[in-house]
Amino acid sequence: MTSSPRLFSILRQGTCLIASIHTALDDSQLMVFQRDLVERIGRDRARGVVIDVAALDVLDSFATRTLRDIAEMARLRGAATVIVGIQPEVAFTMVRLGLHTGAVSTALDLEEGLAVLGGRLAGPAVGGR
Amino acid sequence: MTTREDGDVTGSATTDSAPVRTTEEEGLLPQLVAHLREHRTRLREEWVGRINGAHLLQAMTASEMVAETTSVYDNYVEVLETGSVEELQHYARDLSERIIPRGVETHEVVGIVLLLRDVLARSLFEKYQGDMHVLNRVLDAYEPAANRIANTVAVSFVDERERVIRQQQDSIRELSTPVLPVRERLLILPIIGVLDRERARQLTEQLLTGIRTHRAKVVVVDITGVPDVDEAVANHLVQTVDASRLMGASVIITGLSPEIAQTLVTIGVDLSKMDTIGDLQGGLEEAERLLGFTVTRGGEAGGP
Repeated sequence: MTSSPRLFSILRQGTCLIASIHTALDDSQLMVFQRDLVERIGRDRARGVVIDVAALDVLDSFATRTLRDIAEMARLRGAATVIVGIQPEVAFTMVRLGLHTGAVSTALDLEEGLAVLGGRLAGPAVGGR
Repeated sequence: MTTREDGDVTGSATTDSAPVRTTEEEGLLPQLVAHLREHRTRLREEWVGRINGAHLLQAMTASEMVAETTSVYDNYVEVLETGSVEELQHYARDLSERIIPRGVETHEVVGIVLLLRDVLARSLFEKYQGDMHVLNRVLDAYEPAANRIANTVAVSFVDERERVIRQQQDSIRELSTPVLPVRERLLILPIIGVLDRERARQLTEQLLTGIRTHRAKVVVVDITGVPDVDEAVANHLVQTVDASRLMGASVIITGLSPEIAQTLVTIGVDLSKMDTIGDLQGGLEEAERLLGFTVTRGGEAGGP
């Protein structure tokens, strides 16, 4: 569904999806990303999503809102979302601009993000579905 | 142009006026320079005598004194001859670099240059005292150049000293916000001293990059040693905490003094999202709890 070269990848790891953004996406590419990811959550019956933004050196208001929207949609489709890999400069710029990820959790990197999801899914999710 | 005379400088041949130099006076300078070159040794020794008499440059040994005064003397005469202060500026900066670490003060440097000016003026006075008219013209040519030299040396010295101070400030800044890993994934940032805007910016940078390099989950920022904060710095601190959260780390602020607490409440900084604990000990205990560490005393029966 994406054009080559790939701008992002969505991989499956157990009950989690790992969505990595490889390069800066423009607004329409972000919408494609959102559509693909939300669709994959249903198709793969994912319980958790890790969105890795480590490659991005800027996160603007639209990108931040899209990430929040994705997390909310994922929650409605039964998956918890963690955003990982926000770089120090990006983090501070976001705060300066008044951007925040709302209720979405954040973690340092992919490993941390999976650990956060693992901890969350191990609780009430066992036997939940 | 202002000059400063030391107490025991009795130079009478100096004035602060800087008359406009005419072409006629230009012709006198080479003559004047030749005179100063000719009596170099005697004048230099007289100068050193005056320096010692005024108790200036006590930090220098006798041989250094000879070497430095010779260079200063030659540079001085050279500037009189060419009118270009560039060389002297260079030398003055170089000299300052050598003598500042030894505690030589500004008044000493200005003092010795003014002494040299007076010694040379005296000698010109003696040479030309027979003819008042020529003497006046010689001094008219000499004084502006001499004043310019004194100015150049003083400015170079102060510049150099300011450069040293800036350099030291930078290194103090660098040392002033250490990021210390105390346990796996737990960092401490003790902050001591006034937290100004520049230091707050540096703190943010150190904290955020520290989180990434040490893969920290919890950071304890201890501000026991900070006497006061203003609104801008307080807001900056809040933003730093938010940014750390975006990187997946929680920040605990400890050691808010009563004054700072009052300031923050008075200026209405939104601290509802800030995790604060009274002292560093409490902060560490909380951080360990968040990370799942339990600390037990060795003597007691095994932990849980």
